Amino acid sequence: MSSRSGRPQPGWVNPPGHYLKRDEMYSLVGLVEYPPRAKYLFSAGQAQSRFLMGLKEGKILGTRCPRCGRVYVPPRMYCEYCHTHTLEWVELPGTGVIHTAVISYIGTFRERRKEPVIVGVIQLDAPGYTPGGYEFAGLFHRLCGVTPEDVMSGRAIGMRVKPRWRPPEERRGDINDIECFEPIEG
Amino acid sequence: MRTNIFVKDRVAVVGAGLTLFRRRLQETPRELAWEAARQALESAGLTFDDIDCIVTGTAPDAFDGLHFNGEYIADAGGFGKPTVRVYVGGGTGVFVPVAAWWHAASGLCDTVLAVAEEKMSPAHPHPQGVFAYIWDPILERPLGPNLIWIFAMEMRRYMYKCGAAKETIAKVSVKNKRNALDHPAAQAAANITVEDVLNSELLVWPVNRLDISPVSDGAAAVILARENEARRITDSPVWVEGIGFTLDNTHWYNRELAFPRYVNYAARMAYKMAGIERPWKEIDVAEPYDPFDYKELHHIEGLMLARPCEAPKLLEEGWFDRSGELPTSPSGGLLGVGNPIAAAGLMKVAEIFWQLRYEAGPRQVKKPVHYGVAQAWGDLMQAGTVIVLGN
Repeated sequence: MSSRSGRPQPGWVNPPGHYLKRDEMYSLVGLVEYPPRAKYLFSAGQAQSRFLMGLKEGKILGTRCPRCGRVYVPPRMYCEYCHTHTLEWVELPGTGVIHTAVISYIGTFRERRKEPVIVGVIQLDAPGYTPGGYEFAGLFHRLCGVTPEDVMSGRAIGMRVKPRWRPPEERRGDINDIECFEPIEG
Repeated sequence: MRTNIFVKDRVAVVGAGLTLFRRRLQETPRELAWEAARQALESAGLTFDDIDCIVTGTAPDAFDGLHFNGEYIADAGGFGKPTVRVYVGGGTGVFVPVAAWWHAASGLCDTVLAVAEEKMSPAHPHPQGVFAYIWDPILERPLGPNLIWIFAMEMRRYMYKCGAAKETIAKVSVKNKRNALDHPAAQAAANITVEDVLNSELLVWPVNRLDISPVSDGAAAVILARENEARRITDSPVWVEGIGFTLDNTHWYNRELAFPRYVNYAARMAYKMAGIERPWKEIDVAEPYDPFDYKELHHIEGLMLARPCEAPKLLEEGWFDRSGELPTSPSGGLLGVGNPIAAAGLMKVAEIFWQLRYEAGPRQVKKPVHYGVAQAWGDLMQAGTVIVLGN
């Protein structure tokens, strides 16, 4: 079939390009290897530095918008909805519910993990702030004491959890000062 | 949201081109971009001299291992012309023709070459490692995440909220890989079953290997022109009826994951411009972004082609098949044709262009078509880009 103008239609002629099989690629003439050498040291900024210091003390801190009352965890220096300066700090109880949870069998570079890890999103309780149904204060973290069956059956979602802290002497002001979130007994 | 719909000129797509999509291609990024651009120009009967402006798109530079990769591939349209690169992660592929549209609609350029390219194969040991750079360095990277985690978390939430089974969601992968059997550029076309998807390698439950689009190299290009120029170039211009794009914040774990608000806002903007009030009735063919199978359903709902949580049911009824009421991803999508990130989104726009010209050959949908929509999504569950075309 040809187009109305009679010109070739690339939607269906043979598209250009030369496919290489894996071993063909690695035996190419002119294959250049370049491992980047770069190291980054990130400062955590105004709001998150204080949040990380809070973690070191075993506290989950957030900021509250003076205009709309939204509570931010992780804290922001400004309200994303009102563009106001969020100067008020609040301490959250740390408890919350699981919003979603998954079981990972792979690591950062797609390597198989020896043991699967369960991770998820935790919607945190923020007294004095009722989320409007879409955005909420929350963290992304590992979940422990939650079984793969809990995740697959859907029981995990909505489960009440609290942070399991590392011992104070091991805390470094890092997101890993929380070992994981675990179900609240009873 | 108010958008200025009183633009200077109507704009049409007048040509499109693609390279092969493959796991590894020998061509360099600029060679791929040039091949796609040349095809698009040939299909419109134009040459490089006829192009006024160039818009390029390529997703994270880290894949190609080159900074300003957009500038490297820009010579696909020649030098000494106004050139701009746009970037919103996976949403780039549809953002490229959106940006090309405003170049022409503003009256700045008569003809615009929009070209998108992606070469993921250089990154080793696996391109997945490069995705580590999308995560927040302070609060996310220390947890050792993999890109697939975020999708798995969203898919799990969608399954929970909508009561969608893995078996149902897998049917998107089956449909798209089957559709791709008719696509000459396709990398992952196959006749597979739901069982094949469920039995493929388990990566991050609920995501198996065949729930995901492959790693790809490839390029795509389209030519846009102002109305007078478009009518000179072709008897069958495909009009850009509406465009939309929005961004949500990077705090993806601070919001409901079951519904893509950013896609919905972008879609409302595009439909308003196009004068479309009931997209579920007025859109005839759609190319929602499908890097993962659940994402197609998620985006169908964001695009208001189905009510929230209704897409899995309609899928089961064959609503989205090529012969269905509202065919989605008739090209084969990212799951079937492949996912060279920026090029994949533009491939979807090219497919709607061919569908609306009745030039998609064996991929042509059964029903008559008047309006089509292509959409992409990008960054940390935050960028939505939408384009509505009409014939």
